[in-house]
Amino acid sequence: MSTITTTRTAQDAAVDARPLVEIRRVRKSFGAHQVLRDVSLAVPEGTVTVLLGPSGSGKSTLLRCINHLESIDGGRIIVDGELIGYRQAGHDIHEMTPKQIARQRREIGMVFQRFNLFPHMTALENIVEAPVGIAGMPRAKARAKATELLDRVGLADFAGHYPAQLSGGQQQRVAIARALAMGPKLMLFDEPTSALDPELVGDVLDVMRELANDGMTMIVVTHEIGFARGVADQVVFMDGGVVVEAGRPEDVIDRPQRQRTRDFLESVR
Amino acid sequence: MTAVEARGVALAPEATDDDVRAIPLRRPWRWISAAVVLLLAAGFAYSVLTNPNIDFAAIGQFLVDPRIIDGVWLTLLITLVAMVVSTVLAVVIAAMRLSSNPVLSSVAWFYVWAFRGTPLLVQIVLWGYLGLLYEKLSIGIPFTDIVFWQADTNLLITAMVAGILALTLNQAAYSSEIVRAGMISVDEGQREAAYSLGMSPLYTFRRVLLPQAMRVIIPPMGNETISMLKNTSLLSVIAVLEIYTQATVISSQNLKQVELLIVASIWYLLMTSILSVPQYYLERRFGRGSSRNLPPTPFQRLRQAFASRRPGPAPAPETKAVSAV
Repeated sequence: MSTITTTRTAQDAAVDARPLVEIRRVRKSFGAHQVLRDVSLAVPEGTVTVLLGPSGSGKSTLLRCINHLESIDGGRIIVDGELIGYRQAGHDIHEMTPKQIARQRREIGMVFQRFNLFPHMTALENIVEAPVGIAGMPRAKARAKATELLDRVGLADFAGHYPAQLSGGQQQRVAIARALAMGPKLMLFDEPTSALDPELVGDVLDVMRELANDGMTMIVVTHEIGFARGVADQVVFMDGGVVVEAGRPEDVIDRPQRQRTRDFLESVR
Repeated sequence: MTAVEARGVALAPEATDDDVRAIPLRRPWRWISAAVVLLLAAGFAYSVLTNPNIDFAAIGQFLVDPRIIDGVWLTLLITLVAMVVSTVLAVVIAAMRLSSNPVLSSVAWFYVWAFRGTPLLVQIVLWGYLGLLYEKLSIGIPFTDIVFWQADTNLLITAMVAGILALTLNQAAYSSEIVRAGMISVDEGQREAAYSLGMSPLYTFRRVLLPQAMRVIIPPMGNETISMLKNTSLLSVIAVLEIYTQATVISSQNLKQVELLIVASIWYLLMTSILSVPQYYLERRFGRGSSRNLPPTPFQRLRQAFASRRPGPAPAPETKAVSAV
């Protein structure tokens, strides 16, 4: 049921763009608790998909499966034509080595609820670390790029600050710049504004909005309905480990078809 | 300044009755207790300095005796080798203990249990007697005839080697718990953030987790280093010629036991004092980012102290009164 709904919306949105992310019948359990039950989803290149749903609905887990921070029990996740975290051998898929997975993750940026900046490095060092240490970019070039990224998120004057010297909103914007520094083709946002004071949320959302306008493919878990309505090309409502409803924001948010979606939207408003 | 005066003038007419001085509580017992303690300390110092049974000239003489100096170098060498090797071993044991492999973590647990649960002195003597247990030592694959290297135990394990071995293996057990505590103290989100950027597990450990763990590891490791320096004196039971053994050897000849104990103590104090300097700078280095402002180094503090004593008018302190008017 859920599979059918998503496939339709994905095709709707993907009239002129191929799917960058394909999630097919993904299953995942933590012990006896099944968190994802046959979830399927397509995210066309250059679009923004917002995952909505109550806590425990599996939306964060799904996001973490896309860069293999969580392993999956079945199904497939394909980003840009490449199977994530596994390689196909016969009927089964086999988990890759940590090194192979690390290479795939370079292409997928992720922003966390709790920022997770490296506290022993300055804002600039946080951004430069992976391009220099992992991708082998010359330090001068990486620094120039990092300065440019800091400027883009409005923090040009904070390059030398340690995370402890920055506000939550500033830290999150540095975290976005850090993820962008590896030049990812996909950005994952896991409740990026949930840990922020209300007056700091706007700055972070502005940066994300700009990123979307620049054509970045984004998958965002959030409770910011306004952001979903204004920026998303596709809104996916999840509950109990399944996709309940998916489609254009004006359809899912303003004219939800399912009772569960209506109840949830009622509760966040 | 002018603003403050202006404010005082403005308030003066109706504030005359409220213009009182606040006098802090007098605390005579502070003076009395300080005087008593100083008197006791002075009495003790006098009794020591005027004691005819202490040969102060001998202390001065043996402080720089070549045998004592040799002992000092050996003590420092043993401390250095034992600390470096035990720290490497400790990281391995801590990694085993944190591993999801139950065999590795059990073996690590057993190691810590055994070496922490028996007295260091017993371990030192035991290693000294290794030759009684195994006549020959060899490196090869267990339960096969394949042997890469072999040597006679008594030739290989001299008293010095046995001593270093005992101190190292014992210290590794304690240090591994310190390293483990440091690793646990780092937030799980750090690993996830590093992985999401495409860092490998080893790179993540080296560049992200270890530097943060070091902040927790350094202070207790400083303590352990100082303990290690003092524990080298236990090697006197297997006749390793470190400073305490040297001191007892000399005093058994000239019977100036107390003087030589004082000589050894002076050297121990000097060495432990010097050891706390690198600890301070290491803590500072790994404390980056943890506090908003790093404390100044002693040199910076000195410079500040001199700067503030420079003659000339001190700048007037900022006052918020200006905005209050």
